[in-house]
Amino acid sequence: MSSDVRFTDFKSDKQPTWCPGCGDFGTMNGIMKALANSGNDPDNTFVVAGIGCSGKIGTYMHSYAIHGVHGRSLPVAAGVKLANPNLTVVAAGGDGDGYSIGAGHFIHAVRRNVDMAYTVMDNRIYGLTKGQASPTSREDFETSTTPEGPQQPPVNPLALALAAGGTFIAQSFATDHKRHAEIVQQAIEHDGFGFVNVFSPCVTFNDVDTYDYFRDNLVDLADTDHDPTDYDAATDKILDSSKEYEGVIYKDESSVSYEEKFGVTENMSDIPSGAPDDAMDLVREFY
Amino acid sequence: MPADFNWAIGGEAGDGIDSTGKIFAQALSRAGRHVFTSKDFASRIRGGYTAYKVRTAIDPVQSVVDRLDVLIALTPRTIEENLDELHDGSVIIYDGDRSTMADVEIPEGMVGLDVPLKALAEEAGGAIMRNVVALGAACAVTDFPIENLDSALKKRFGGKGEAIVENNKEAARAGLEYVHEEFDHEFDYDLDTTDNDYVLLNGDQAIGMGAIAAGCRFYAGYPITPATNVMEYLTGRIERYGGHVVQAEDELAAINLALGAARAGARSMTATSGPGIDLMTETFGLVATSETPLVIVDVMRSGPSTGMPTKQEQGDLNMMLYGGHGEVPRFVVAPTSIDECFWKTVEAFNFAEKYQVPVYVAADLAMAVTEQTFPPEAFDMDEVEIDRGKVVDDDSIDEWLDDKGRFQPHAITDDGVSPRAFPGTDQGAHMSTGLEHDELGRRTEDTEMRVEQVDKRDRKVETAKNDEDLSPREFGNPDSDKLVISWGSNEGAMVEAIEFLEEDGVDVRFLSVPYIFPRPDLSDDIEAADEVIVVECNATGQFANVIEHDTLTRVKRINKYNGVRYKADELAERIKTTLESEEEVSA
Ligand SMILES: Cc1ncc(C[n+]2csc(CCOP(=O)(O)OP(=O)(O)O)c2C)c(N)n1
Ligand code: SF4
Ligand SMILES: [Mg+2]
Repeated sequence: MSSDVRFTDFKSDKQPTWCPGCGDFGTMNGIMKALANSGNDPDNTFVVAGIGCSGKIGTYMHSYAIHGVHGRSLPVAAGVKLANPNLTVVAAGGDGDGYSIGAGHFIHAVRRNVDMAYTVMDNRIYGLTKGQASPTSREDFETSTTPEGPQQPPVNPLALALAAGGTFIAQSFATDHKRHAEIVQQAIEHDGFGFVNVFSPCVTFNDVDTYDYFRDNLVDLADTDHDPTDYDAATDKILDSSKEYEGVIYKDESSVSYEEKFGVTENMSDIPSGAPDDAMDLVREFY
Repeated sequence: MPADFNWAIGGEAGDGIDSTGKIFAQALSRAGRHVFTSKDFASRIRGGYTAYKVRTAIDPVQSVVDRLDVLIALTPRTIEENLDELHDGSVIIYDGDRSTMADVEIPEGMVGLDVPLKALAEEAGGAIMRNVVALGAACAVTDFPIENLDSALKKRFGGKGEAIVENNKEAARAGLEYVHEEFDHEFDYDLDTTDNDYVLLNGDQAIGMGAIAAGCRFYAGYPITPATNVMEYLTGRIERYGGHVVQAEDELAAINLALGAARAGARSMTATSGPGIDLMTETFGLVATSETPLVIVDVMRSGPSTGMPTKQEQGDLNMMLYGGHGEVPRFVVAPTSIDECFWKTVEAFNFAEKYQVPVYVAADLAMAVTEQTFPPEAFDMDEVEIDRGKVVDDDSIDEWLDDKGRFQPHAITDDGVSPRAFPGTDQGAHMSTGLEHDELGRRTEDTEMRVEQVDKRDRKVETAKNDEDLSPREFGNPDSDKLVISWGSNEGAMVEAIEFLEEDGVDVRFLSVPYIFPRPDLSDDIEAADEVIVVECNATGQFANVIEHDTLTRVKRINKYNGVRYKADELAERIKTTLESEEEVSA
């Protein structure tokens, strides 16, 4: 791991095809900065991307990466990390990917608490499929498949994470560059599952949850006396639907990662060229 | 008495049938006798009939037969369920004090031994040991030295303390002595012992052990009958070698966890049964097109849907061969016996890494829940070879960088296999994706690159056909013009069926095929035969269809799909009638 890594080293030479102004640009830049600032380089970094506009992030970044099946980035990321705990693992995907088709995995990934970061690029819409309601879309948000709005309350991903025993729950805003990068860096450095819901506006299909909306409504917890280690205070913030918060909302300082609990420390790619030396003992067990 | 002896204990699920049967099987194995076990069971925890059957002989046994010599019956239904297999002179051990057994009728010609199992167990220290009393009684009936049973009891109960072991030994002796004292009947059975050294294991365990031997370090799975034993075997063992088992939230997660570990460079595996394969099919295409080495074990059970979860079937072959949208090569290997479950798992890992493909290990319930004896050398760990394929390191990676210094994980090569860089390798950073990709692993819709990548992936199959020995296992008379072909666990029954057929003057050549894809070309063998029969445990003849397609020849079929494995004597009969049938076969 070299100390002179710059965040642009995490950029691939593939030009993003995101719409000009898409929030995903800022989200990705912040992730790259966070990786560089926490001392990683592309050869020890593994990015697991979901499917969606957001999922293209793996292609535009330079690192070991996989762009998998819609909704399944979290189990893949956990598998990577457990097989080689020396790697820094970041999963990134959309709100549909993470909270709809992948919602089951989200809860269990939070519970499992594998040491990795998960950044959800939440634009409150299905971008790639051209503008259908997502689980975080507003109740009255009109789309091609929900002309009257979904008529269901949006999920509160922070509350889901809290209920599942989350040890690091944060929210950031793609164009608040410095704060976003700081928050993602903390998620990466957290000893466990570092979850960041990133407001990452879709300029093409969502004219409600816009940059202006977030700028006007975001409260940066850094400007308040919020203590992220205070579970009750964090719960209040998470359940407060009158505001949108930015910052680390909850952090369990005593978090112990899954790997540490189970003593998973070795790079599993290192194996002998034949059966283990004492493997005949396994046979003898059946005597 | 015939060379083999058949014994069973049956009762209700929850009666401890399984563990009692296993103790007796272990005792026989430790006495240097060969053992083959099978289970009749229902999936309910209580209430269902369940039986554990043991066939034993001095020579190897690898099948069940339709005969039962000694039966420990804890319920009347146990006798009813086995009427066809019991015969004149069969001994039925039961406890007439048990209310349900008080009025039980022992069929004509059979010997009923009413032994107060519960009362004797209570005297020895607890009613819970009544099955062990029955085992002691079985020793008396079969003249089997009880010291072997002691040894098995010690293995089973050693962890619970010396006192428990001693109580159990005493309970066994109580059963033995009761039979000696109360019955002066001359029993026909005589279970000799030898000095031979055997181990006793089932197919799931052999798969798990094969995985560890092959260097598998990561396993993710979701519990399902009859594959759970693989996960249970690995848990607590794989950790000794630096590995780990994850119980996933579902099979979607299980295969994705395993995929992630494989991308990180681990030899990685998941095991499930049909319903889990359905879910895993979602990710299967990604595994295959990202060229990720992964071993997926399908311990088949009866389908479709929840089907008959505790019954035998080989119904998932088409699914493994063709499952998933689009077209991409996968390997399918099908172990044909319990020891082969070990070796084919080892080979599956080598195939997976050499050809960078998902490999299905097609096992089935009949092997998974069956224990069989083998000399320990059958699992000679020195014979295990590990071939990791084209893995590059910090130095050798240079050869695979493009002119801009970028690693090419999907480089177009003559053999279809590209270089593989584990994460952490300098300059190896690259993208893997389920999208069609170029040599760098980046999305492409370029018409030429698309064709080149498809052809490259398919070339791996040709390479394997050339480089690997995919021969079938051969038995019977090599010169016979009657050819029987099967796959998977039918081999044992068929090998023994050959002996029954010989006694009736019928000789056959038998090819047992463990490689389903890529597979051997059987055209010449089929050409040379007058009659060809394909034997399998399904209704539609999925493997027979494949053979007919390969060789453009019609074959005769023997199918079984009632949920019960083939028995050797039954299979011999069916082969005779099939050979006699008029059905036109143009070979
Ligand atoms: C199994 C499956 N179903 C449906 C799709 C189509 N699909 C692609 S992306 C997507 C939704 C993406 O929404 P989100 O995760 O919010 O990502 P965004 O495009 O907004 O970044 C859907 C439904 C798919 N690729 N795979
Ligand atoms: S459609 Fe929306 S989410 Fe997708 S690239 Fe354009 S702006 Fe971004
Ligand atoms: Mg979205």
